[in-house]
Amino acid sequence: MQPKFRSFRPTRSKPRAGSFLPAMTYRDKTQVLDEVTLDRALTRIAHEIVEQAQGVDEVALVGIKTRGETLAERIAQKIEAIEAVKPPVGALDITLYRDDLGLKAEQPQVRSTEISFSVKGRIVVLVDDVLFTGRTIRAAMDALMDFGRPRIIRLAVLVDRGHRELPIRPDYIGKNLPTSRREIVAVMLREHDGIDRVVIREPED
Amino acid sequence: MAWKRKDLLSMQDLDAAEIGDLLDTAETMKEIAGREIKKVPTLRGKTVVNLFYEASTRTRTSFEIAGKWLSADVINFSASGSSAEKGESLLDTAKNIEAMSPDVVVVRHKASGAAALLARHLNCAVVNAGDGAHEHPTQALLDLLTIREKKGHLDGLNVAIVGDVAHSRVARSNIHGMKTMGMTVTVAGPPTLIPAACQELGVKVSHRLEEAIAHADVIMMLRLQHERMQGASSRPLREYSRVWGLSLARLQQCRPDVLIMHPGPVNRGVELSPEVADGPYSVILDQVKNGVAVRMAVLYLLTGSKAAA
Repeated sequence: MQPKFRSFRPTRSKPRAGSFLPAMTYRDKTQVLDEVTLDRALTRIAHEIVEQAQGVDEVALVGIKTRGETLAERIAQKIEAIEAVKPPVGALDITLYRDDLGLKAEQPQVRSTEISFSVKGRIVVLVDDVLFTGRTIRAAMDALMDFGRPRIIRLAVLVDRGHRELPIRPDYIGKNLPTSRREIVAVMLREHDGIDRVVIREPED
Repeated sequence: MAWKRKDLLSMQDLDAAEIGDLLDTAETMKEIAGREIKKVPTLRGKTVVNLFYEASTRTRTSFEIAGKWLSADVINFSASGSSAEKGESLLDTAKNIEAMSPDVVVVRHKASGAAALLARHLNCAVVNAGDGAHEHPTQALLDLLTIREKKGHLDGLNVAIVGDVAHSRVARSNIHGMKTMGMTVTVAGPPTLIPAACQELGVKVSHRLEEAIAHADVIMMLRLQHERMQGASSRPLREYSRVWGLSLARLQQCRPDVLIMHPGPVNRGVELSPEVADGPYSVILDQVKNGVAVRMAVLYLLTGSKAAA
């Protein structure tokens, strides 16, 4: 029997694959959200989405894999608690739309995209955990357009850490977080990491 | 993701992790086939050349669709109607094509080792789409994907490969891939069509169809390859069909959840009776569908590997 190889799946304590990642270790610098404040932030985002869309009839949430999908599901549950209707939730993997394919040592793993509803004419809220350069969101918008023509695309992020490289602006923000480029924003969620918290990490040197 | 290869030449080269990565990637590619707009921008600006010296419908079309759905430019080159007819050698033709800087060359040739030859001489990625009676790795990958999808797993399954094993690159690639994935393989066919070296590949050999298929989870019927046979090994088709063809009556003695596969093109009424080929156990068209996904995965992984750049 051959030994089983398991491909290493990095958790989001590292930047999304694609950004340069030197081999270095990081230590926690500050905790910026805990279980309670993270939940409040999502509750507020849910209210803002409902308020701006004047209801939920046209709203759909699409989370960007992996943690964006989890956040989208949580926001959808909160919207259901407010409006008694749960908007449809989809998940988008943006790997095939990246602008840095072929620039890295090997191809990133493609994961599945699951959008089982029509996006045509809807208000689609893209959901991601951390907004950084904006390149992921650019890719996500391209991917979404290939599924049809949404009436409006909006963007919800748990953390906006700045350093945009594209003209992209979030509509709903859990927490504005000025960071330096060398720091890492680690979003941990119960479903993946057993705990709800957001910390800033800095290199140990 | 452990993909590091410049080329995809054979299943024999691949380990279980690489096959697993390829199948996982192919599975995610299937979603694109169900979209209204069947196109992702992944390989924009990349060029894929299909270099086919042998006839092909499924494989060439499937590579072409796979490339186009990933937004690559796909150029088809077939031996007839090209300078190959004027006597240009394979290597010369390939060198000339390389001068036009393709990213991937997909090659099918009647000589075993043709793809490996090109891989040694070309800087771009080379995919073997069938080299003589040697290997046809993307066919084995799509077969494995189809089996995994229908059965939920690969290891521990019993597979019977029936028919013209000697001339079949599909059989060879599948045997290597299936053994690597922990499956048990039995080959069955008339002695003249079973190579003597078969046992060295770690497969069981059976000379009775009933015995081979009785406990099989998967039966893969091979095409009788008239074009590769000379004299001695060719037998009257009717006799072959009577002894080695999968008929409805024989199918009834198989496991109730058996899968019937065939790499195509089917000689109807020879290896497979039409009611079996079109019946509920047949996954022949699923194989074709999965072929596009597998080739998308192969193009995606090969164009990303640094060795190819």
